[in-house]
Amino acid sequence: MTEPSPIPILSIDGLSVEFRTRKGIVKALHDVGFEIRKREMVGIVGESGSGKSVTAFNVMGILDPAGRATGGDISFGGMDMLTAPERDLREVRGREVSMIFQNPKVALNPIRPVGYQIGDVLRQHTNTPRDRLKAKSIEILEQVRINDAEQRYWSYPFELSGGMCQRIMIAIALACEPALLIADEPTTGLDVTTQKTIMDLIHDLATDRGMACMLITHDLGLAAQYCDRIVVMEKGRVVEAAATRALFSQPTHPYTKKLIRATPRPDSTLEDFAVIGEAEEGEEVAPEPPSADLPRVGMTERPLLHVADLVKEFPIRQKEALNWRRMLRLKSAIGEEEAPTAFRAVDGISFDVMLGESIGLVGESGCGKSTTSRLVTRLLDATSGVIEFDGQALHDIPAWGFARRPERSLIQMVFQDPTESLNPRYSAFDAIADPLRQLGGEHVQSNLGEQVERLARMVGLPADLLTRYPHQLSGGQKARVGIARAIALEPRLLVLDEPTSALDVSVQAVILRLLDRLRRQLGLSYIFVSHDLNVVRLLCDRVIVMNRGRIVEQGDATELLNNPKQPYTRSLVEAIPHFRPDMREAS
Amino acid sequence: MTARALKSHLEHFRYVVSENPVTFFAFGLFLLIVCLAIVGPYIVPYDPLASDTANKLQPPSLAHWFGTDQLGRDVFSRVIVATRLDLGISVAAVALSFVVGAVMGCSAGYFGGWTDRIVGRCVDTIMAFPLFVLAMGIVAAMGNTVENIVYATAIINLPFYARVARAETSIRRNAGFVEAARLSGNGHVRLLATQIFPNILPPMMVQVSLNMGWAILNAAGLSFIGLGVRPPTAEWGIMVAEGANYIVSGEWWIALFSGAMLMLAVFCFNLLGDGLRDLVDPQRRT
Repeated sequence: MTEPSPIPILSIDGLSVEFRTRKGIVKALHDVGFEIRKREMVGIVGESGSGKSVTAFNVMGILDPAGRATGGDISFGGMDMLTAPERDLREVRGREVSMIFQNPKVALNPIRPVGYQIGDVLRQHTNTPRDRLKAKSIEILEQVRINDAEQRYWSYPFELSGGMCQRIMIAIALACEPALLIADEPTTGLDVTTQKTIMDLIHDLATDRGMACMLITHDLGLAAQYCDRIVVMEKGRVVEAAATRALFSQPTHPYTKKLIRATPRPDSTLEDFAVIGEAEEGEEVAPEPPSADLPRVGMTERPLLHVADLVKEFPIRQKEALNWRRMLRLKSAIGEEEAPTAFRAVDGISFDVMLGESIGLVGESGCGKSTTSRLVTRLLDATSGVIEFDGQALHDIPAWGFARRPERSLIQMVFQDPTESLNPRYSAFDAIADPLRQLGGEHVQSNLGEQVERLARMVGLPADLLTRYPHQLSGGQKARVGIARAIALEPRLLVLDEPTSALDVSVQAVILRLLDRLRRQLGLSYIFVSHDLNVVRLLCDRVIVMNRGRIVEQGDATELLNNPKQPYTRSLVEAIPHFRPDMREAS
Repeated sequence: MTARALKSHLEHFRYVVSENPVTFFAFGLFLLIVCLAIVGPYIVPYDPLASDTANKLQPPSLAHWFGTDQLGRDVFSRVIVATRLDLGISVAAVALSFVVGAVMGCSAGYFGGWTDRIVGRCVDTIMAFPLFVLAMGIVAAMGNTVENIVYATAIINLPFYARVARAETSIRRNAGFVEAARLSGNGHVRLLATQIFPNILPPMMVQVSLNMGWAILNAAGLSFIGLGVRPPTAEWGIMVAEGANYIVSGEWWIALFSGAMLMLAVFCFNLLGDGLRDLVDPQRRT
């Protein structure tokens, strides 16, 4: 990358923002100040609620009406963005400063072809002649490396994958060749390999055009890999700003240190997270029994879970439109090839889980890992195949009635999104008590309150939070409720479906340690479904890599992730962003 | 715990009402109508059925605030007393269609497949008729009683509840918390009753409130055309029908005041909708 010039293109000084809410006035930003120079990529890093997005919205002048900047100033190329009239701001937005949003599928207009949406921006901000709009749009599509740009011009957002949509967003943002690009978590929700291509694309385009870039992210590894400078924010304040290399080699602020520590790296262990401490969330911690008393459960001969030739097919619904076309063109349609009637989400996989073992199930979205976990937990019926649990065949029992059977309590699950998986009308107590009420024995039901409190203690949830409803709990607390609910029935196998992907890194670190402790305490076996290989490495003994419904590779976790044999696994491992000191020289 | 929960509910109610003056007004009006329905018959100055032919067709005066009708009955007393009957019919009808519609819609949305198809086609069949004509037909066929008005009104309102319940249930059928409850060992019926139904209440409540007004109008409409409640019972629809004959000759007060009361009740329930939704939605209770 070229040397950043010393002239700041954007400078924010002493910015304070407050929001008017029902609980009174909430200060979102306190005296935030940093600058971005020409041709520089700056990462704004912080956990949820740290004010990263509010800062970006302020720069664009698209703050929510309830929010108000109470002090400081934002100067963009000499223009004061806080006091400038709306007319001038509209000119600057899109032409000088562009923004890429978090969820590309939502940010694009669903009922207009993507080519038109690029054309809209061109028409608004440039004087491209009308007959040149299409050619120019296609040219831009090609620049963001979209294959068949000519055809994709007519595509609707729903016809494109998440990664493609994000490229379209980048194309729209870059259409007018802005001087500053703000990317607000541009790769959240995308696979690691897609994330890598998108970030490489942004990085290359920024370098080519000498564009400054503000990358907002919660992923320190991502920021480290692509940014020249990193600004760390916490609770609406800038706690540290330094060149990437300096920040990683000599972090000065305790929050930065904590963040660096909590970010899983290829060589980190769960012990590294110990310092973060569960107490930091302000919660009492269950006394951890000395691990010497709880030897690792020995691996017996017989597998706890035996899965063989598991297949799940989903019928493909014939598209209505297709049928219409057939009816209208009767004859010509007959020659058309018949579309396959079923889609194989899981295509003949076999694996075993030993007693006390922890297995990582890794793959990109759509690889069938979620379907597999739903088949194993018997929420779905398999098309064919064998699922044996402790010698007992479970695949014959229909999922339809499985909920009421005693076997239900043997396999439980922790869900991906702690918010979505809790009933908004159940208090934490009811959520944890629900499985006990349904399937617990008489002994359990007679002292339900005591049982729930014991479970809450085990997962480190303070007893006074039990009366609260999900929307009154933090993400980490909700995750704890979900885990307590899953272990309430003393299952033997726990399926963890990306249990930490919705959490901040420091909370993730705490939850991972909690899961590790519970496994040793209760002698559980885990199937850990994740796309984050660094997290899998921390918690799992063995890893299974899946792609398109099949198992690509399986083996010992450390061995497999350090020396992947299959090219697919290798591409997954290489795509994980993290700080490599050798990669980026201090500027 | 319960005292605290009650306090938080009251606080929430106060917040919702103070945030939105329209809601405040609607709740006030609603309370007034309910009070009239309860104590109305005991506070009115005259017997609503006692005729006094010497004083027939008197314009509004201090003695008869809303005037008297063709038989000399006090219009004010009749308008107030009728509140109980009209409100009773609509509450019963709406409650009936709410319960049946919720059960039908929830099972259609949750189980899908044949259940969905059968429920869906039944609902479509009802919707295929002009609804008021269908209600007329039902009352005419089954007989002219208050119960039959309730059934007729309930049947024509059923599709709305079934459709809302079906749509809201099918979005939540595979939500994380529903799957989690399935893992906790909840059977299908329990799952519907404890996990899904409470979460579709907010949109259902809006429907209830909108429908209440409509049900009142429907009951009065049936009486207006001579089906349903029979004279001499005090009922808004009958009174408007009777008064309509006299408007031409200048005795406007009989139809006007009963009609105004009807309008006020419908207006109140329609305004109530938004407020109710805010009240029953837990997300807004922070």
